[in-house]
Amino acid sequence: MNEAGKQFNIRDYLREYLFPHFLCPGCGHGIALRALLWAIDELDIDKDRLAFVSGIGCSGRLGAYIDANTFHVTHGRPLAFATGLKLARPDLEVIVITGDGDCLAIGGNHLIHACRRNLNITCMMLNNEVYGMTGGQVSPTTSSERYTTTTPYGNHEPVFDACALAEAAGAGMVGREITLQTPGLKDVLRQGLAHEGFSFIEVMSDCTEVFGRKNDLGSSAEMVLTQKASVRPDFLEDAVDQPFRPHQIKTGVLAKNDRPEYAESWRRHIEAMKRERGHA
Amino acid sequence: MPDSAPTKTVNLPGNHACALGAIAAGCRFYAGYPITPSSEVAERMSVELPRVDGVFIQMEDEVASMGAILGASMGGMKVMTATSGPGFSLKQENIGYAAGAEIPCVIVNVMRGGPSTGLPTRPAQADVMQARWGTHGDHPIVVITPDSVPEIYAQTIRAFNLSEQLRVPVVMLYDEALGHLIEQVSLSGSGDIEIANRKWAADPKPEFQPYASGDDLIPEMVRPGDGFRTHTTGLTHAENGFPTQDPELVDQYMRRILDKLEIHNALIESFEAIDTEDADYLVVAFGITARAARRAIKQAREQGVRVGMFRPITLWPFPVAAFESIVGGKHGVLIAEMNAGQLITEIERYRPAGCRVDGLNRIDGETITPRQILNSLRELADNE
Repeated sequence: MNEAGKQFNIRDYLREYLFPHFLCPGCGHGIALRALLWAIDELDIDKDRLAFVSGIGCSGRLGAYIDANTFHVTHGRPLAFATGLKLARPDLEVIVITGDGDCLAIGGNHLIHACRRNLNITCMMLNNEVYGMTGGQVSPTTSSERYTTTTPYGNHEPVFDACALAEAAGAGMVGREITLQTPGLKDVLRQGLAHEGFSFIEVMSDCTEVFGRKNDLGSSAEMVLTQKASVRPDFLEDAVDQPFRPHQIKTGVLAKNDRPEYAESWRRHIEAMKRERGHA
Repeated sequence: MPDSAPTKTVNLPGNHACALGAIAAGCRFYAGYPITPSSEVAERMSVELPRVDGVFIQMEDEVASMGAILGASMGGMKVMTATSGPGFSLKQENIGYAAGAEIPCVIVNVMRGGPSTGLPTRPAQADVMQARWGTHGDHPIVVITPDSVPEIYAQTIRAFNLSEQLRVPVVMLYDEALGHLIEQVSLSGSGDIEIANRKWAADPKPEFQPYASGDDLIPEMVRPGDGFRTHTTGLTHAENGFPTQDPELVDQYMRRILDKLEIHNALIESFEAIDTEDADYLVVAFGITARAARRAIKQAREQGVRVGMFRPITLWPFPVAAFESIVGGKHGVLIAEMNAGQLITEIERYRPAGCRVDGLNRIDGETITPRQILNSLRELADNE
């Protein structure tokens, strides 16, 4: 239920005339989209004020299904586009939907500087460990030893920890969740949307069709359960068994700070200049 | 400051004149990345924009600065970025997005020697073809080449007007020598400048088609927050804004974005013709080279060779009709350009039968001198 007391109905936020959608059966991206729209509904954000910016890949195609102002831009560049849009229009709620390839490989430079600037944008990165749309090539988050169409002998590259990167670069809020925990994911996204600053949220999605199948990871449901087993909820942070389960992925809100928001500090800076020089 | 200022005359380098022209045109957002010899454009914008409640941001790279201006443009602002060769290469991806999604923006390319890092502090005119064909696929683009500091100021204003009216990326193309040349410029008072704005869509209805157009082939723009909630994409799209692969709709879209420049050619075309009517020979030159040509044609006439000059101000689309009407009956054309021969290929396409076409090309990081042009003209006349 949202703040106006209305039950969340995802259809209120979708361009249903574009259905059927293009996602493969078992893809986790649709669940992530649902969680995002649910969080937006709870915060009761006016659809006309919503602006979604997405890049290229499966994640990039989600924006088109949302009944809002949607921008499907070039590969890796949604954060750059969103930076201009948000600075030009601080009244808009700007949300970036991106993927592990879009955000961490071709768009990696934009991510670290978006985190550093701390402009009030929410960035949802869908991590499915693979370039799905181009047919299943290795990505910066593909687990080691996994087979992809460009790692036919298994992946030998180390995995990127996007949340650690975002935190180190100064993002105002950093969070992670798996799609199985949809209400938890919604809560993390809601906190990200409400945070005054740059919020980076990694969603552990799954790609059954071109990644799971190639690695014998089973059906989508089995993949999601495997994810669940490898996740360590944040409330277990100090539990005694930690040394014995060192590889578990942390979820929930992983970092938060109150660094000044970029546009706000720019405006204050300029106003001070004008007062000093008598321009105001 | 410039908004309410009366006309005043100042001494300015070309890059500052470009920045002030942008502010006068209504530019309120600039994103850029430092690169020689264009950085003074960014520096001046960083001073001016806060004074007019605009936004300046130095982005992490050239790609990001091009992306950021497109975001701000879709937010409703007039936008600009400036760069030089290597940065111009990086901006091409999002220039294509601007051409395809029809997002108004002005890109300044202060040309230096290439390829690659080349000659960062030396002038060149070697981005003629990159300005036209730098991004992939068939696409519309307008390229303007001023030849003086006052013209940089005036043409920057015009670049914004064209970009906003036609929903097309417009490139301001000039070289290092002009960027750093200091000349006297009359900065127009606010009432003296002709400003054109984009067409905004009003009255959001469910059946609204963001990429449908009337006979002018230019769709109205949609301001986020006005209730339209439309989709913008770099994928080939139908009139409803959503991706399509339907051959008929793809063809319709492609022809519209290309034809829109053709039907508005009267607005876009600009050139200067000097002493062309009685001339036997023509020099074709643009930018800094046209300044040398001006002197050379005078000297040639003193020596009894009747020469005129054709100077494209709009370089792309090339002013074909104007050139063809002037070149008719001429015995020979000399194309002087600071590259290995780029504009000459365009001139050769429109050369009348029996008209000799020579190229004068300088690729050593120096400007072409009047004497070089004069010598080439004599050679053209002697060997004709």
